[in-house]
Amino acid sequence: MTYHVHVRIIPRSGLLDPQGQAVEHALGSLGFTGVRGVRIGKAIEIDVEAASVHDARAVARTMCERLLANPVTEDFLVEVDE
Amino acid sequence: MNDRVAVVRFPGTNCEAESLAAVRRAGGEAFVLDYRARSLDGADAVILPGGFSYGDSLRSGAIARFAPIMDAVRTHAAEGGVVVGICNGFQIVCEAGLLPGALMRNAQQRFASRPVDVRIERTTTPCTSHFAPGEVIRVPVAHGEGRYVADPGTLAELEQDGQVLMRYVAVDGTDAPHNPNGSTSDIAGICNAAGNVMGFMPHPERLADEALGSSAGHRIFTSLLSSLTGVSQ
Repeated sequence: MTYHVHVRIIPRSGLLDPQGQAVEHALGSLGFTGVRGVRIGKAIEIDVEAASVHDARAVARTMCERLLANPVTEDFLVEVDE
Repeated sequence: MNDRVAVVRFPGTNCEAESLAAVRRAGGEAFVLDYRARSLDGADAVILPGGFSYGDSLRSGAIARFAPIMDAVRTHAAEGGVVVGICNGFQIVCEAGLLPGALMRNAQQRFASRPVDVRIERTTTPCTSHFAPGEVIRVPVAHGEGRYVADPGTLAELEQDGQVLMRYVAVDGTDAPHNPNGSTSDIAGICNAAGNVMGFMPHPERLADEALGSSAGHRIFTSLLSSLTGVSQ
């Protein structure tokens, strides 16, 4: 069956994220106090044919490891709609 | 027979003409190799030139590394053959795992298109043998994602083993920040442990002819060709 997979790619903490920094600064300018650690990544939506939720999650993780995320600079999160 | 250099063209590559011209001006034979090819067509060395392969989709170089030609490039590198990644080509060889680390968005959040001064840190590679140790050359950069990063262990290894090929340096009398992208330790280019795979962000091929006001990049290509001499003879 078809599963809907949400993949989030986040720049690894500790590496400079200039986009996140700029947005954090802008949020501060708008009066949002106490905002820290803003990081900007990517959200990828995928419909995947798989035998089970487990298989869908496994194949999505493999996609992340092989292509969607760069292991040097990014972490990823995979969620599958049940 | 002249040494033959393949310049790989991916969808979105835009520096192949300058790369061909720079090799030819240095006395070599150069040809464009399509990304769909499965072999290097007898090339002695491979250049992965600059541009925006696959529109930089996902990440610069992330898609190009799976192009059909890359298997042959990997095999060539594994056999000790010379592979040179320039700008987008550097991003591709990092994504392909032929060089360690990665290239991230410029720290300044701006596309950097200007001349930079780089110091040649290692002169025992196929691309740098015609330079004096520590020599500084002024060549252009043109990139949005040139900030070299790697994990601390990898960075320590690069420094210890002399794998930093070139570094951005400050030259008296210039106002712009010497490092155009915020790269770690001012790294502009690196090579692998064996020295046969090289990657750098600056574009020596764009400034390799006195007709353009400077031939600062010319010796990258004379070095390259002299490293190959004999390979194809």
